[in-house]
Amino acid sequence: MSLVSLTAETEGERVALTATGAWTAERAAELERLVDEATRRHGNARSVDIDLAKLERLDTFGAWLIERLKRAFTVGGSTARVVGLSDPDRVLLDELRLVNQTPAPAAVAANRVLVALDSVGRAVADIGWSLMLLAQLLGALTAAMLRMIARPSRLRLTSIVHHLERVGWRAVPIILLSTFLIGAILAQQGIFRFRSIGMEIYVVDMVSVLVLREVGVLIVCVMVAGRSGSAYTAEIGAMKMREEIDALRTMGLDPIEVLVLPRIVALVIAVPLLTFLGSMAALYGAGLVCWLYGGMAPDIFLERLRAAIWLPTFEVGMIKAPFMALMIGLVACVEGFEVEGSTASLGLKTTASVVKSIFLVIALDGVFAVFFAGIGM
Amino acid sequence: MSSNTAVISVRDLVVGFGDVTVLDHATLDVFEGEILGFVGGSGAGKSVLLRTIIGLLPKRHGAIEVLGTDLAALGDRERRSIERRWGVLFQQGALFSSLTALQNVQFPMREYLDLSPRLIDEIALAKLEMVGLGADVRGKFPAELSGGMIKRVALARALALDPDIVFLDEPTSGLDPIGAAEFDQLIRTLQRTLGLSVFMVTHDLDSLHAVCDRIAVLSEGRVIATGSIETMLASEHPWLKSYFRGHRGRQIGRRLPH
Repeated sequence: MSLVSLTAETEGERVALTATGAWTAERAAELERLVDEATRRHGNARSVDIDLAKLERLDTFGAWLIERLKRAFTVGGSTARVVGLSDPDRVLLDELRLVNQTPAPAAVAANRVLVALDSVGRAVADIGWSLMLLAQLLGALTAAMLRMIARPSRLRLTSIVHHLERVGWRAVPIILLSTFLIGAILAQQGIFRFRSIGMEIYVVDMVSVLVLREVGVLIVCVMVAGRSGSAYTAEIGAMKMREEIDALRTMGLDPIEVLVLPRIVALVIAVPLLTFLGSMAALYGAGLVCWLYGGMAPDIFLERLRAAIWLPTFEVGMIKAPFMALMIGLVACVEGFEVEGSTASLGLKTTASVVKSIFLVIALDGVFAVFFAGIGM
Repeated sequence: MSSNTAVISVRDLVVGFGDVTVLDHATLDVFEGEILGFVGGSGAGKSVLLRTIIGLLPKRHGAIEVLGTDLAALGDRERRSIERRWGVLFQQGALFSSLTALQNVQFPMREYLDLSPRLIDEIALAKLEMVGLGADVRGKFPAELSGGMIKRVALARALALDPDIVFLDEPTSGLDPIGAAEFDQLIRTLQRTLGLSVFMVTHDLDSLHAVCDRIAVLSEGRVIATGSIETMLASEHPWLKSYFRGHRGRQIGRRLPH
């Protein structure tokens, strides 16, 4: 690459600057230094000639720097002229004379305390806002449900079955595998600790009550929130970005009825089934570990299981499942509708959907614990 | 204005997907400093040719030379240095939705050039002004811009590194006739100012009349004709006749000075 230069010849208060080389994007950093230096050094000159006759090439970057040089002199009260221009370069320079005339507004330095307070305030308002949206969607969903009951022909059975396959049927293998492992791990840890006090048999009590009441449903909900809740948010969010939801509305269709209801109904059906399967797999895993690791024969395990649990133990887990499914579905759909134009917002809302639904499932579990304790279950 | 040096030369290009051959020995030249309008029926493979030239699609046969170099023979580094010398305006703009208009224009500069933040700001603002956008759009995200503005910002981004060649994929689609005419003029002005060579895929007969120096027609996988709009209007080829002299074509043809 050839050299670029900006040489100066001073005659009293007149300065002649001569630019050579290719004034292009590749050399722009170097050119900026040359231009700044010339501005500094000859700032007090009365009249400046910028000679471009020896330029090899000029592009927008170079032309802007020439223009910047010229403006720097003009602002300082001197007269600056550009000479030796070829025709195409003149067109470019004329174009650049018009740009950047309004200086960019200076960034206002923000007060840190205010910024911190501001973000706290916004976060609190956001929590209130998202609770309100949840309530709103629950209301809209109930209304859609009632309309559905009044006219069952409007029920989108195909859509429900489709979602049921996605969130239910296809989730079975991974749910079975993870709950099986959880059951096995709980049993192994139990045996390991209980063995030292010679009470290995109570491992069955611990695992069965834990799995059926709490862990089964929680693990399933966490998996479903990560697997299906995120998908719901991303789908609805992408539909919103591509104006598909607006299209539905203009056709006189209710997005709640078409998109939300089938998805949430599918979840409410699927999660209890998955919870049941998951709990069984966990018990199976626990039984297997008790047998192979703890040396407890399967019939002893089953005997103990029968004594350790009664029907309400199982019911507690199963009653919670549909409510948690509803929570996951509502959060996922609310977040989906909150997606705005950018891909970043899609990612943000999908994350928020998973995090919020898992948190709310755990919070709901706490509420249920108090409730069941209250009614003695 | 245009010289006889080809900045893009496509020879016997074959591109296909599975069993379907989209381009069947297509041959085309784009000369330095010209605006080439590239037309053809919907689904004829115009965008496929464009995407093959810029390297987004693989070719099965044939040679593509851009700025005198065969892209297939280049290593990654040389390839990037050629890629720097073209800008692409995608049909939907393809602006990065998580960046503001100004950041979108700055993005290629930040990636390729080592410049001071001040210079990057100034040049990016200059480019936005050159495509006719005021200072008010600089902080806006693509989702907050209208279709016409998105195209303008995308054009500014395509021009960010002062390319030699600009590829435009249906630049005026989705714009109203006034907006489209303005955009045509903008392309013409920028082409003159910056000395660009422009490869423009279009369906817009107005654009073809208003700004294109030459027109190339793609049909059945081949470039069946190239030449000025007058040549196209005079042609007796049935497809050209119905395209340029059909009802919509005739109305525009009438406006041409004879």
